[in-house]
Amino acid sequence: MTALAIRLDQLSKQYRFGARPRRRTLREALTEAAASPWRNLRRLAGAAGRGTTEDDTFWALRDVSFEVGHGEVLGVIGRNGAGKSTLLKLLSRITAPTSGRAEVWGRVGSLLEVGTGFHPELTGRDNVYLNGAILGMERGYITSRFDAIVEFAGVEQFIDTPVKRYSSGMYLRLAFAVAAHLEPDVLIVDEVLAVGDAEFQQKCIGRMNEVACDGRTVLFVSHNLGAVQRLCTRSILLEKGNLVADGETSEVIRQYLASHDTEAPAGRWIDLTAAPRTGSASARFTGVQYGSGDQLVDFSPHPGGPLEIVVGIDASIALNRPRVGFTLRDRYGGPLISGSTYALGVATPLPIGYSSWRFVLETLPLRPGPYQLELWLADSMGASVDRLQPALWMEVFDRQPRGFGPHYNPRHDGILYCEYSAGRVEAAVRHRTGGEPASAATQSR
Amino acid sequence: MSEDLTGRHAAGLEQSTRGPSAAAPDGARSPRPASVIIGPERRWPRIDLAELWSYRGLMLFLVWRDIKVRYAQTVLGASWAILQPVLATVVFTVVFGRFARIPSDGIPYSVFALSGLVPWTYFSSALNGAGNSLVANTNLVTKVYFPRLVMPVAPILGAFVDFLIGFAVLLVMMLALGVTPTARALLFIPPVLALAAVTALGVGCWLAALNIQYRDVKHATPFLVQLWMYSSPVVYPLSLLPHRLQPYAAFNPMVGVIAGFRAALLGTAPMPWGVIAVSSCVAGAILVSGALFFRSRERVFADVA
Repeated sequence: MTALAIRLDQLSKQYRFGARPRRRTLREALTEAAASPWRNLRRLAGAAGRGTTEDDTFWALRDVSFEVGHGEVLGVIGRNGAGKSTLLKLLSRITAPTSGRAEVWGRVGSLLEVGTGFHPELTGRDNVYLNGAILGMERGYITSRFDAIVEFAGVEQFIDTPVKRYSSGMYLRLAFAVAAHLEPDVLIVDEVLAVGDAEFQQKCIGRMNEVACDGRTVLFVSHNLGAVQRLCTRSILLEKGNLVADGETSEVIRQYLASHDTEAPAGRWIDLTAAPRTGSASARFTGVQYGSGDQLVDFSPHPGGPLEIVVGIDASIALNRPRVGFTLRDRYGGPLISGSTYALGVATPLPIGYSSWRFVLETLPLRPGPYQLELWLADSMGASVDRLQPALWMEVFDRQPRGFGPHYNPRHDGILYCEYSAGRVEAAVRHRTGGEPASAATQSR
Repeated sequence: MSEDLTGRHAAGLEQSTRGPSAAAPDGARSPRPASVIIGPERRWPRIDLAELWSYRGLMLFLVWRDIKVRYAQTVLGASWAILQPVLATVVFTVVFGRFARIPSDGIPYSVFALSGLVPWTYFSSALNGAGNSLVANTNLVTKVYFPRLVMPVAPILGAFVDFLIGFAVLLVMMLALGVTPTARALLFIPPVLALAAVTALGVGCWLAALNIQYRDVKHATPFLVQLWMYSSPVVYPLSLLPHRLQPYAAFNPMVGVIAGFRAALLGTAPMPWGVIAVSSCVAGAILVSGALFFRSRERVFADVA
């Protein structure tokens, strides 16, 4: 047993329930104060706001206790709203627990979002220094690492250009590069690997591995179970604020996947108003419907068939060039298919009030199985307005089983669907040269 | 960062809570880092000046960012800091000096107005910046830990740059119109300016903490600032107030600032030490109450932002 890096002792965080908007206006507070002076007085007299009743509050995290040894890399998994982010926020001291306590030994560096504090008007160079200072690096340290950071991000030529002129990929790479050179004793990471292209993601995972091998303690939260599996030997599983599993990563992941029974039905409107989400929330997804448009199969999407996704957005501000997008992820959280109005160059404004948006995929290249549908909305600069990850789990069904037995084995088969044919070639082929077509094969598609 | 400082106040607890792990074989890294205790917020807020000081680097970075961003992509750049008080002076000179014929202690009204506007502009932009600091930096507040008091302090320092520019304009105008600045200005203006900074920070703490939960504050602030300006002797001399009201005027800290600034620079009146003393006490009270209120609301900032 090594020394401890983190110890949680019945850490709990209670939030008021969403029945009341989080941002109250002064008028509401005043009318409420006028309407119920007694209750407020009692509350003031009691333990500062703790006298609230049970039913309008909920526990984002309840009595969570665990220990992390020095140098250990711990994965934190759980569905949206399970309390993962709350846990990280408590450990990063961004918000205070309602009860219980935690103790963290050493310097804590937390990356709850890459590019925190990046300012679009400032140059890449300025932002490296600013972001570094925000993350707690000293100026001299940043200077000594500056070249490494810029090289890691691959933005040497643009380092003196304001970052608002960066492509979103460059922006994210630079942001992660600064963060990756943070050298705290305890590193708390949330979802930062979900940025950039595949090559850069590899680089990030490599860097995380280095950090872990360096003997630093890492707390790693991700929807990407593959990444968790690769990086963490031990993981914990949170469910509705409670710690339900703590052990070897593959075992915890199995338990997590086994608990998925919440696929949303196709062809029906699914209310998203209460779904857990992130973003500035000046416009929100209120509902979504997905389906194949084919009543015969209960509207269920099927391999090679169409998929239509309709979303409803309620906006309190108008956006000129909104970016509305979706991502289909496998059950491990790996992104498979994504699309957005931005990627297509669609520049339809988002009006104040309610509007509907639609994505149509002509042929869905997915095998049967559960998939996560993520929805996101960003403003014209790409700043996140609303993001539901995932908004729902959808099931792709087998429409016309062909051949014998279950022709799709989720354990061994690929996840992508594609039309193909197979059969024995009549005249045996040994050397196929260039463009010579295969002679007539026995078609048995 | 602050590991030593944040750790220091927890060090006592660390000894008792470390338990069996302290004896664990951990030879490679013998100096055990200090620990930070995360627990429910104390009932009574406390201001950790040492921690705040350890974050001065971040504070200066924020100041630098604000200044740099303010004039990014403007054609006139820093000349806005010159134009704003000059144009305001022109307007006030025409409206109050010419039309309303407000007395100006025997100096040209334009100099009189600008000598009030320069410290006032410092105060109002510092106050505005501090009041909006949390809302403008919501992304930082909800994503990173640092003592939140850094946020309202930064704009107080940042506004100082514009003050210096405005002050230079004032000196030029004085020399042009034949008003000589007194030598005591050098000695007396810094404390007067500090009084303005303390007032702006105190009120700014109140506004910032309220603003992040009640966005109404954002709409009320400009009105408050304007009302405050007209109730302070910026465009009129203090002597214009009825005599029996004058002792009470000092309870408005900006009366001490404006009167003190004019007296120090123009030498038209003896330094109003009595007024400044009363104003300083009031400003101090506002700052302490504001900082404590800010600290007591701090635990919910990330939750309500």
